[in-house]
Amino acid sequence: MTALSLANAAYLVAALLFILSLAGLSKHETARRGVAFGIAGMAIALVATFILVAKSEPGIGLVLLIVAMVIGAAIGLWRARIVEMTGMPELIALLHSFVGLAAVLVGWNGYLEYRDEPNDLPGDAGTLLDIHNAEVFIGVFIGAVTLTGSIVAYLKLSAKMKSAPLVLPGKNWINLGALVLFVALTIWFVVSPALWLLILVTVVALALGWHLVASIGGGDMPVVVSMLNSYSGWAAAASGFLLGNDLLIITGALVGSSGAYLSYIMCKAMNRSFISVIAGGFGIEAGPSDDTDYGEHREITAESAAELLAGAKSVVITPGYGMAVAQAQYPVADLTARLREKGVDVRFGIHPVAGRLPGHMNVLLAEAKVPYDIVLEMDEINDDLAETDVVLVIGANDTVNPAAAEDPTSPIAGMPVLHVWEAKHVIVFKRSMAAGYAGVQNPLFFRENSQMLFGDAKDRVEDIIKAL
Amino acid sequence: MSGALTIPAILCGMSTPPPELGSMRIGVVKESAPGETRVAATPATVKQLTGLGYVVTVERGAGEASSFTDAAYEAAGANISDKPDTWASDVIFKVNAPTEIEIALMLDGATLISMISPGLNPKLVDTLATRPITVMAMDAVPRISRAQSMDVLSSMANIAGYRAVVEAAHEFGRFFTGQVTAAGKVPPAKVLVAGAGVAGLAAIGAASSLGAIVRATDPRPEVADQVKSIGGEYLEVVVPDEDKEVSSDGYAKATSEAYDKRAAEIYSEQAADVDIVITTALIPGRPAPRLITAADVATMKAGSVIVDMAAAQGGNVEGSVAGQKIVTDNGVTILGYTDLAGRLPTQASQLYGTNLVNLMKLLTPGKDGQIVLDWDDVVQRGVTVVRDGEKTWPPPPVQVSAAPAPAPAAEPKPAPEPKKPVSPAVKIGAATIGVLVFLWVLATAPGELPQHFTVLALSIVIGYYVIGKVHHALHTPLMSVTNAISGIIVVGAMLQIGDDDAVIRALAFVAVLVASINVFGGFAVTRRMLSMFSK
Repeated sequence: MTALSLANAAYLVAALLFILSLAGLSKHETARRGVAFGIAGMAIALVATFILVAKSEPGIGLVLLIVAMVIGAAIGLWRARIVEMTGMPELIALLHSFVGLAAVLVGWNGYLEYRDEPNDLPGDAGTLLDIHNAEVFIGVFIGAVTLTGSIVAYLKLSAKMKSAPLVLPGKNWINLGALVLFVALTIWFVVSPALWLLILVTVVALALGWHLVASIGGGDMPVVVSMLNSYSGWAAAASGFLLGNDLLIITGALVGSSGAYLSYIMCKAMNRSFISVIAGGFGIEAGPSDDTDYGEHREITAESAAELLAGAKSVVITPGYGMAVAQAQYPVADLTARLREKGVDVRFGIHPVAGRLPGHMNVLLAEAKVPYDIVLEMDEINDDLAETDVVLVIGANDTVNPAAAEDPTSPIAGMPVLHVWEAKHVIVFKRSMAAGYAGVQNPLFFRENSQMLFGDAKDRVEDIIKAL
Repeated sequence: MSGALTIPAILCGMSTPPPELGSMRIGVVKESAPGETRVAATPATVKQLTGLGYVVTVERGAGEASSFTDAAYEAAGANISDKPDTWASDVIFKVNAPTEIEIALMLDGATLISMISPGLNPKLVDTLATRPITVMAMDAVPRISRAQSMDVLSSMANIAGYRAVVEAAHEFGRFFTGQVTAAGKVPPAKVLVAGAGVAGLAAIGAASSLGAIVRATDPRPEVADQVKSIGGEYLEVVVPDEDKEVSSDGYAKATSEAYDKRAAEIYSEQAADVDIVITTALIPGRPAPRLITAADVATMKAGSVIVDMAAAQGGNVEGSVAGQKIVTDNGVTILGYTDLAGRLPTQASQLYGTNLVNLMKLLTPGKDGQIVLDWDDVVQRGVTVVRDGEKTWPPPPVQVSAAPAPAPAAEPKPAPEPKKPVSPAVKIGAATIGVLVFLWVLATAPGELPQHFTVLALSIVIGYYVIGKVHHALHTPLMSVTNAISGIIVVGAMLQIGDDDAVIRALAFVAVLVASINVFGGFAVTRRMLSMFSK
C-alpha cells in the first residue's frame, strides 16, 4: 500500500461523503448531519493529500503548505463568524471568485510544470501533451470567467458598483466573440504552446467574466450567483481533468450541476429563459408601458395597520429584498411573535427569487428566530391567500405583481407570483411609489383592498409593534 | 409630547404650518335644510386642511348636530365666526345645495363645494351660474378608482345601508341571530337585500354580522363574489338566451323584459319567505324601478319590515312613502326614510369631511393653500358644474369599468406569440450529433480521459438528483456548502506546492491560501446558518 493508493482510496471515500452531504441538505432535520459529512469528507481528503505531499516533498513545500492553509483557514473562519446574514450573497459571490482564482493558478501551474519537460508526462507523450494543453486552457478559461464574474457580482451586491445592467452596443456579440476567440486560441495553443497565448486567453476570459455579469441587473442576481456557483464547480472539474484527479472531477460535477439546477429553478420562478437572463435585464426586452391610469393609492398609518393586524385571524407576510436592505427581519420576527401570542395565525410566503440569493429570505428569517415551519414556499401558500385577512408585503414588488397573472401584455406576464391581492387586506411597506426591478408598475398598489405604508420598513414595523 | 404622532399629524407632515400670506380661507357653514344633521368638516379634517395651507373658519354651532363642539374646532386650529363672515370665505364647504339667499351671500370668485345633484336640479345649476363663482358637486365625482376616496355617494350609501339594517332591526320584533336558549329555539331572521351596490353591500354586511341569513339580488352578475365575501348569498336571475349585463359606468342599468319577469318571480318567492326586505335599487337619472308589488307585500308575514332606500326617487316598493313609516293592513312595516345617512350624523360628517379633504388634496398640488384647477383631469373636470359663472355641466362622459368585466372589454393587444417549440426532428438530430461527437472524442481519446469522462457524467447525474431534492428554504446553505466543497481544488494546488520552480511554488501557495478560505469559511458559515434554523 503506497501513499498514492491510500490517497486514492481516501478520495473515493471523500467523494461519497460529499454526495451524502448534499443529500443531507434536503431536509431541515438532516441538514446539520449533512454538513458534518461534508466536513468529514474534506478532512479525509486534506489529510490524505497532506500525507502524500509530506512523503514526496518534505521540506520547504510542506512548510509553505502549512503556512498557506493556516492563513487561509484563519481568514475563512474569521469572515464566516462576522458576516451579517444580509451580507450572505456578497460572501458567497466572493467565495466563488476564490475558487475561480485557484483554478486559474492551478491551470497556469499545470502548464509551467511541463513546459520544459513534456516528457515527464506519464504515458505516450505526443497526444497526451495535446490533451494536457487543452485541459490547461479550458481550466484557466472557466476559472478566469468565474473569478471576474464573481468579483463583479460581489461589487454589485455590496453596492460598490451600480447594479443597473451595463449596456454595451452589441454586447451579445462581444460574449459570442470571446467564446469563438477562446476556441481558436485553444486550437492554436494545442498546436504550438506558448506562454503569451496562455496570458492572452486569461485576459480574454477575465474580460468576458467581467462583461457577462456587468450586463446583468441587480434583480437577476439569484440567477447570476447560482450560475457562478455552477461555473466554480466546472472550474474545479476542469482542474480535475488537468491533474487526473477523480475527486476534483466528482466534486466539481456535483457543484456544477447543483448550481445549474438552482439557476434553472430561479429562471423558472421568473418565467424567463437562462439565455434571456444572460442577455440582459427586463428593461431592455420590453420598455414599461406606463400610460395606463391605475388610479390612486391609499395610505395607511402604522396605528391603523396595528389595529387591522390585531383584529385579523390569519396574517401572511411576504418579504422581499427590501426587508434585507432595511434590516427589518428582527422587528418582523418580533411582530410575528407578538401576533402569534395573541392567537393570530402568522405565516410567511417566500417567492423563489425574493432576495439576491436562492433561499436568502429563509436565512434572514431563521437568523431572526422565526420558526421555519411557518415559512412557506410560494406554491404552499398561494391557495391559502384568498382566506387570509391581512397580507403584509415588506419590500417586495415584482413577486406580488398581479399584472404577471392577469395582463398578458405585461413584460412579466406568466411569471409565477404570490397572489396577495386575493386576501382581504394588503398592506404594502414601501419607501416610495417607484417601480420594482422589472421596471413594471404594480397595479396591486392601486387595488381597493391594498393600502400603502410608506417609509423605512424597519421603522414602520417597529411603529406597528409600538402601537400593538 | 408623545401625542405628537397622531394620525392627522402624520398625514399633514407638519402639525400646523404657519398660514402663508395669501392662503385661501375655507368657510364651513352651518346647514340650513330642516332635519340636516351633518356638517362638511370635523375637527380632524380641519387639521388636515390647515396642513394643506388653508385657513379654516367654522360657522358658530355648525357641528352641533354632529356632536362636534365649537371648542373642538378651535382646538383643531379653526376660527369660529358668524354666518355672514363665514359665507364671505374664498371656499365654501357645505353638505346640501345652497338656497338662493345663501348663493347671494357668496363673494365673487369664490368656490362652493357641496352636494348639488346637478342632473336632478338643472334649475339650481342655472341659478348658480348667474354668479361669477365656481361650483363643485361632490355627488358628481366620476366613478373611477382614483376618485374613490372622494366619492361622497359611496360613503353616504355605505352609512345609509348600515342604518337601514339598524332601522329594520328597531322595528322588527325578533332577534336577527338564531339562538338555542333555555326558553326554546329562536330561528335566525331572513333578510333580502335588493341591489348589491355600496348601500346594498353595507346592508348585507351589517345584517349578516347581526347573525341573519342574508340573500341579495343584483342585475350585475359580477357582484356575486362581493356578496359572498361579506356573508350574503347571491340570488342569480337566470335568463335564457340573453347576454349578461356588464356595467360600463359602475352603475346598474335598466334591465330587459325577460329579465324583469324572472326577477319579479324571484321577488315574489322571496317576499313570502323572508322577514326583512331592504331595497336599494337606483338607476341614475330615472325613477327607481318597482321591485316589490303590493301583492308581494300582502304575502309577507305580519311583523315583517321593509326598508325602501329608494323612496325619495319614487320607491322600489309599492306603497312606500318618502320619509315616512307605513304599516300595512297585514302588519308589514314599510320604512321610506330618506335621511338614513343623516341619522348617523357624526359618522356621516366624518366621511363627508374626509371626502372633501381628499378633493382638496387633489386641488392643492402645492400644499400652499391655493386651489389650482386642472381642467385636463377627469375628476376635477367632472365635479366642476360651474366655472367662473359659466355652466360646465354635464361633463364629457368618462368610460370606466368599475367592476372587472368578465371578458376584457377593450381589446387586449394580442399576447406575445408563444415561442415556437423546436421541432422534435431538430431536437433528435442535435442530440444524435452530440452523442456521435461525444462517442468520437471518447473513442479516440487516449489514456485516462475516457475514464474521467465516465466519472464526470455519473457525477453530474448524481448531482442533479441529489440537488433536486433539496428543500427551497435550504438553498442558501446549499450554496455555501457547495462553495466549501468546491474548495477541494485545494488538493490540486497542494500537489503542486512542492515543485522546485519558485514561480510554480508561489502560484500554488496563493491557490492553497484562497482555496483554504473557501473550505474553512464555507463550512463554518453553513454551520452558523443551519444552527439558526429552528422550529
